[in-house]
Amino acid sequence: MGLAREHDMHKRRFGRNLGVGLVLAAFVAIVFGLTLVKTKRGQNMESYEHVRPAEQDLSK
Amino acid sequence: MSDTSIRIDTQEAGFGDYFALLKPRVMSLVVFTALVGVLVAPVPVHPFVVFASVLFIAIGGGASGALNMWFDADIDAQMKRTRNRPVPAGRVTQDEAFAIGITLSAMAVVMLGLAANFVAAGLLAFTIFFYVVIYTMWLKRWTPHNIVIGGAAGAFPPMIGWAVATGGISLESVLMFSVIFMWTPPHFWALCLFMNNDYTKAGVPMLTVTHGRRVTRAHILAYTLLLAPLAVGAGFTPIGGPFYLAVSVILNLWFIKGALALWRRDENQAEADGYRAEKSFFRFSLLYLFLHFTALLVEALLHNFGIGAL
Repeated sequence: MGLAREHDMHKRRFGRNLGVGLVLAAFVAIVFGLTLVKTKRGQNMESYEHVRPAEQDLSK
Repeated sequence: MSDTSIRIDTQEAGFGDYFALLKPRVMSLVVFTALVGVLVAPVPVHPFVVFASVLFIAIGGGASGALNMWFDADIDAQMKRTRNRPVPAGRVTQDEAFAIGITLSAMAVVMLGLAANFVAAGLLAFTIFFYVVIYTMWLKRWTPHNIVIGGAAGAFPPMIGWAVATGGISLESVLMFSVIFMWTPPHFWALCLFMNNDYTKAGVPMLTVTHGRRVTRAHILAYTLLLAPLAVGAGFTPIGGPFYLAVSVILNLWFIKGALALWRRDENQAEADGYRAEKSFFRFSLLYLFLHFTALLVEALLHNFGIGAL
């Protein structure tokens, strides 16, 4: 036997689940946004091993 | 099995009930003052970091509200103003309020530390501790000066905002703190003057309950007079300027005039007109704080365009 009729309780539970889902999605978006801002800061990234062409010893 | 019995809990909480635990109206003041704290600071901050930091400060403030509702459920159930909150109304259990409060507090502090810096995070952690342990658990039920010392919790957000930008504490942030700190007693006691019966019933030792309304009126005047030099004084620091000074002088004169009027009134007069002066003083106090911080924001904008500094 299934519960065909939707009770107010189901609506409330759906609203709650939707709310928690949206909050979690927003949290992920904020952490991702912060990661971008903190790592980029308007410049391109380079790893510490990277040697720019100007710094290479061209005499060899 | 052919028979099924289902218990439908009509009191089951919706998402809004959990959100109400965070005291959204108090949160709006926290958001505004913290935002002003960040924006008036002399160090530019990336807009997304500002957004995230203010959000985490607001969540931290909201979490302390949830912990307050967890601890104060017995008091809230007896007062008309708070009877309908999710815990006393039975929609959210005390354990749930506690769990949400603790989890969000920890999350907000750690995330503010990562988003901004750990000075700001430390201040937020201290604010939550101060509101929950010092004010809610200790002062509120013990002394009629609960709101004076407890008001510090509401005064920290602009200081945290300032720390988000500068990574420290300075005269300007202490002055913003002081303005809210000194503003809280007259603001809240004005409310108590026309909500006295609620506090008497709940056994909360508000000044109106322990020392009477005459003394409360005198205290409102005293704190309003002490507040004025601090609020106007902020205008002479680098975050102030002629515009802020003009706004602050007018607001403080008006606020003192209101406090004097309350001090001169007796209970017969107040009851005769349904506490009209007390209610209007309370409403003006909200405007007073909002306009002070708006004026600071305007000054920051003017400074950006190279005008307005003293």
